[in-house]
Amino acid sequence: MAFAAFASTDAAVTKPARRASTVALVLLLPGILYLVLFFLTPLISLVITSFQAELPGGDIGDYVPGLQWQNYVHSASEYLPHILRAFGYALVATVFALVISYPIAYFIGVKARRWPLLQSLMLTLVIAPFFISFLLRTLAWKQILSDESPIVLALKAVAILPTDGHLTGTPFAVIFGLTYNFIPFMTLPLYTTLERLDIRLLEAGNDLYASPATTFLKVTVPLSMPGIISGTLLTFIPAAGDYINASRDFLGSSKTAMLGNAIEANFLTLQNYPVAAALSIILMAVILMLVGVYVRRSGTEDLL
Amino acid sequence: MTALPLDTTNQSDPDHAPARRPRRGSAGIGLPIYVALALVFLLIPIGYTFVFSFNDSVKSNLAWRGFTLEKWLTVCNEPGLCEAFGNSILVGVVATVLATALGTAIAIALVRYRFRFRSSISLLLFLPMATPEVVLGAGLAAQFLALGTQKGIVTVILAHTMFCISFVVVTVKARVAGLDPALEEAGRDLYGSAGQVFWRITFPLLLPGILAAALLSFALSFDDFIITNFNAGSVDTFPKFIYIAAARGIPAEANVIASAVFLLAIAIVVVSQVGRAARQKRLDRLS
Repeated sequence: MAFAAFASTDAAVTKPARRASTVALVLLLPGILYLVLFFLTPLISLVITSFQAELPGGDIGDYVPGLQWQNYVHSASEYLPHILRAFGYALVATVFALVISYPIAYFIGVKARRWPLLQSLMLTLVIAPFFISFLLRTLAWKQILSDESPIVLALKAVAILPTDGHLTGTPFAVIFGLTYNFIPFMTLPLYTTLERLDIRLLEAGNDLYASPATTFLKVTVPLSMPGIISGTLLTFIPAAGDYINASRDFLGSSKTAMLGNAIEANFLTLQNYPVAAALSIILMAVILMLVGVYVRRSGTEDLL
Repeated sequence: MTALPLDTTNQSDPDHAPARRPRRGSAGIGLPIYVALALVFLLIPIGYTFVFSFNDSVKSNLAWRGFTLEKWLTVCNEPGLCEAFGNSILVGVVATVLATALGTAIAIALVRYRFRFRSSISLLLFLPMATPEVVLGAGLAAQFLALGTQKGIVTVILAHTMFCISFVVVTVKARVAGLDPALEEAGRDLYGSAGQVFWRITFPLLLPGILAAALLSFALSFDDFIITNFNAGSVDTFPKFIYIAAARGIPAEANVIASAVFLLAIAIVVVSQVGRAARQKRLDRLS
């Protein structure tokens, strides 16, 4: 099933692999070459672009190769709020997604084991949001949370929200949208590890007079760590780079603009390519550091 | 959330012999209720999109103005919508074919052969999945800019193929790893040529994995907006159409297309799961 792709822990059945041959080369070369041409060199172009200097007397969007490392200083200081929002919102959304998803994954993977049909029904429901356009489901929340919606009116009636308050356009709405949109990315890897959890270990915890809470914290959580880590990465990475939820036309406002919004605006609207490139490299660097920690823990063989 | 295994209620599991298993983390009724509510929560925007595809709206589709089937019947009357949808299908199909072919070859090589630079290749395959889409999109756009490439449907296809390859490798690799090499050896022992062994044994056995990878690629490509936005130039895809329309109001016809695609996708998932269950049953009976 498709969701195998989201788990980092696919069982690598190690077989006595045959010796390298021309066959392996023929199989690998086209795809690897493709990734070098359309993934690796674009990253290098991004680095080169980030050091470009303005062409003196040139038009908007005219740049010459340079070594303007100051681009980084300028971009980082000018867009510091965007950078902080991106990682702040993504972090909060990831924590929410984990807290919301864990019980779902636990129920499907452990409690519902005896009913495979129920399991696949619930898994289908978890991935169902993937099948409706990302943009439309975000816009649906915009309408549901809009100022005239029953939810907002009810919140105002019970004075949780001030009478002139809004939900859309606030950091709350953006984090809400990010959490909602990436819950499946969190639930699926959690499910994959919890599904393999040996129930006898939980029973052993019980037999040794551990309270359910202790058993959960000392047995279940550590055993599901691979799922927690890959779910966290799969949620945090797209959330940190997202610019749809935070966009003014969706759940955000100019006050919630994230790093992705700054990159998009600088690249596509302002044609300020070096700034867009420098911001992209900053985002990439932070993500790579996180991934690096992950690779350290589990090695490269486990990546795929 | 409070009612998890953290729950301290001492009920035993009703489906099991109560004597043997004292409170093995049983959460009573709280956990199922929570999960049901969470699943409903996940489905809310889908229901909203579906319901508003029947809205008798004029221009923007914000307030409910009455039920109509008209938008479903005249979906292409909305200017540009069906063209954008067609582009999405075209991009999705071509990128899926390319990515599935390239990715399947890599997956076979990764499982079956030992070679140098193995960990570098694993890293190169993993990184596109770990890179935020906005970086992938901006990087490709910077490269196309530097090369002076005109952005259009070809650049979108090139971009989509790139980010689909890794997902194909992950999906197919699991299938190759579960394949018994003895079957291929048997084919060779019976004097099958390398081509015959691949097409008559390996490929049919890998097919479910390859199909799953192709479906995943198509779904990823079809719903991609961020990378497309950087590399499409003036070409619209379905998500890009929605993004542009979001500023002035989404026509109900867009909900129609999204709902129809949703129903089709769910149908495919259900059929494949039912098929798998039936296969499993047959296998169980055989053994």
